[in-house]
Amino acid sequence: MQNTLKYAILSLSAIGTISAIILYFIAQKFKVEEDPRIDAVEEALPSANCGGCGYPGCRNFAEACVNASDLSGLYCPAGGSETMQNVARILGLEAGEQIPMIAVVRCSGSLENRPKTTIYDSAKTCLIASTVYSGDTGCEYGCLGLGDCVVSCLFDAIHINENTFLPEVDQNKCTACNACVKSCPKNIIELRKKGLKDRRVFVSCINKEKGGIAKISCKVACIGCMKCQKECPFDAISVENFLAYIDFEKCKLCRKCVSVCPTSAILETNFPPKKIAELNKETVNPSENKNINSDIEKDPNG
Amino acid sequence: MAKVLKTFPIGGVHPCDNKLSASKQIEPVVLPATVTIPLSQHIGAPATPIVKPLDIVKVGQLIAKASGFVSANIHSSVSGTVKKIDNVPDTCGYKRPAIIIDVEDDVWENSIDRTDSLLKEISLSQKDIVEKVQESGIVGLGGATFPTHVKLSVPKGKTCEYLLINGVECEPYLTSDHRLMLEKTEEIFVGIKIVMKALGVSKAIIGIENNKKDAIDKMSAISNNYDGISVQALKVQYPQGGEKQLAKALINREIPAPPGLPIDVGCVIQNVGTIYAIYEAVQKNKPLFERVVTITGRSIKNSSNFLARIGTSISVLIDASGGLPGDTGKIISGGPMMGKALNTTDIPVSKGTSGILILPEQISSRTNISNCIRCAKCVSVCPLGLEPYLLSKLSLRSLFDKAESEQVVNCIECGCCSYNCPSKIPLLDFIRLGKTTVMKNIRNRTK
Repeated sequence: MQNTLKYAILSLSAIGTISAIILYFIAQKFKVEEDPRIDAVEEALPSANCGGCGYPGCRNFAEACVNASDLSGLYCPAGGSETMQNVARILGLEAGEQIPMIAVVRCSGSLENRPKTTIYDSAKTCLIASTVYSGDTGCEYGCLGLGDCVVSCLFDAIHINENTFLPEVDQNKCTACNACVKSCPKNIIELRKKGLKDRRVFVSCINKEKGGIAKISCKVACIGCMKCQKECPFDAISVENFLAYIDFEKCKLCRKCVSVCPTSAILETNFPPKKIAELNKETVNPSENKNINSDIEKDPNG
Repeated sequence: MAKVLKTFPIGGVHPCDNKLSASKQIEPVVLPATVTIPLSQHIGAPATPIVKPLDIVKVGQLIAKASGFVSANIHSSVSGTVKKIDNVPDTCGYKRPAIIIDVEDDVWENSIDRTDSLLKEISLSQKDIVEKVQESGIVGLGGATFPTHVKLSVPKGKTCEYLLINGVECEPYLTSDHRLMLEKTEEIFVGIKIVMKALGVSKAIIGIENNKKDAIDKMSAISNNYDGISVQALKVQYPQGGEKQLAKALINREIPAPPGLPIDVGCVIQNVGTIYAIYEAVQKNKPLFERVVTITGRSIKNSSNFLARIGTSISVLIDASGGLPGDTGKIISGGPMMGKALNTTDIPVSKGTSGILILPEQISSRTNISNCIRCAKCVSVCPLGLEPYLLSKLSLRSLFDKAESEQVVNCIECGCCSYNCPSKIPLLDFIRLGKTTVMKNIRNRTK
């Protein structure tokens, strides 16, 4: 009994040792030469594998960075400029400058603004709901509120508000990786310039109906009245199919459009509160906000 | 021992048939004040309007032309003035173009024979029949609304041996085909003769499910007067009205997977409603602008079968059958198995509207969805032998390549899987997503 055990241990260790030696030499012989910088760059990346850069994962992006002659077309949205600076330092290249972006939900159809007309009781995903019918409200363009964007977000940056049933983007967590934009079957989410101090002005509606019809289905729909287009001093607003769109490249955040919009479809975020001190309120109702001209002159971004 | 009735061999369910309106005669419905005639009432390209606002139109006048071979003409169902061409919600709630006409009087085109007389003599030639059908804008009235002239044009190199007539009406509640078979029996037989002539076939089989005994008796009695037409009673089994299931049940042939068509196994399948429309088009010169619509449901006062003009709002039909009950939970266009829940009653009757089903609240809402317990009940009822639980999961996870190799395109969307699921999972909704995505992928690949 004792001997059997001894032989077993001895023979197994002998096989193990011999195999290890053989495997070591084979590994030396067939070693794959890889640029050590790929590992270094990968180390510097956030390892989120979100795909926001356009590559399947962080390692693929690292390879692309190492093989590239300059980094102008390559940008890691999750890591931001800081990460790209680190990558550039490792590779001895110049990092491409990219304006920070953020996902913006272009629908304000809360329960109050856009009452439900039917009850949807099938599979709880926006993709299926949108193939089944136009939605449980009168607006066929608006948010379904079933949270495909929430599922798609790897950074926990988008959540459905329990009161409005609309998704809200956490501006501190959003990396503009584009995942939610792709997941939304109604194309409501858009990547826009993050803006200085996170200040943004955008049309929070994508309803292409004529004004009257849009207004019936939702109180805060864009009715295509073109008032904002006329008001804009920078020619940043275009109206097509009864829907206004603010070009974030041209917009100088003067907020003149916000005050003229008759349906409050244009939202502004993170501007300093006016007379009413509501610190955490992100959106300001223009009706409370009639006299903003004096602020604009003082506004450094204006 | 009773004779074993024919049916298809795998899968299928037998829901309670609830044919409440089976004994109700087809009756015309009052003309509405306006009609909304959608431009896309068929599979294929939407028709192109050839009228403009303020034009005066007559009943049966061509108002929109087919834009392509797989498309269909659309005729005015009323006389009056064209109000506008606008986007109106379809059954899904998405806006689609439609012609809206204000009704004035009831002036018909002079060429239409409005008498009840039965015309047995088929004077048109084979080619003329197909042309006439195409001109009259006839599409499959069983629900798929596939342009009929495409089916009647047998491609070169293929031969047609059988004409199969679908009088199955396997959807619960619906009775429009049943009533047509009882009230327009002779006309249907002449219609079958016309289609047989167009296709050049000598044999036609009418399949009728055994829950319509009166129709089987009446049709069988008359079939003796017509050569080559026989009536076959079938066991009651849903979805026997599907082309694949009907061909298997009647002539024991299997239609290959898409893009395979019935003609690949030597048969053409037509619904009795379509046959009646062909009879009217060829013999009476009457284009397709009205159809039989069943308005039914346990809660509705008088479930009825209406002969409704295309474009009539379904709210008019509901009012004519006693109004919308207060406890209504769901209004479904079509039958309970394949129909589509509507989000408004302001939807026009189109060529594919076979019925409107009104369900009270307590039986209309879905119970809570729970997890799949891998009982394989969906597999056992799938008439195509697919694995619905797997297909739905693959669609949900966006694994469309895998779904394609699991033959998701074969799904006929009959809904047996969802009906039979003990966990109440809306399997078909998931599978439909996978099917449409895979079909799109295939189309892009072949481009």
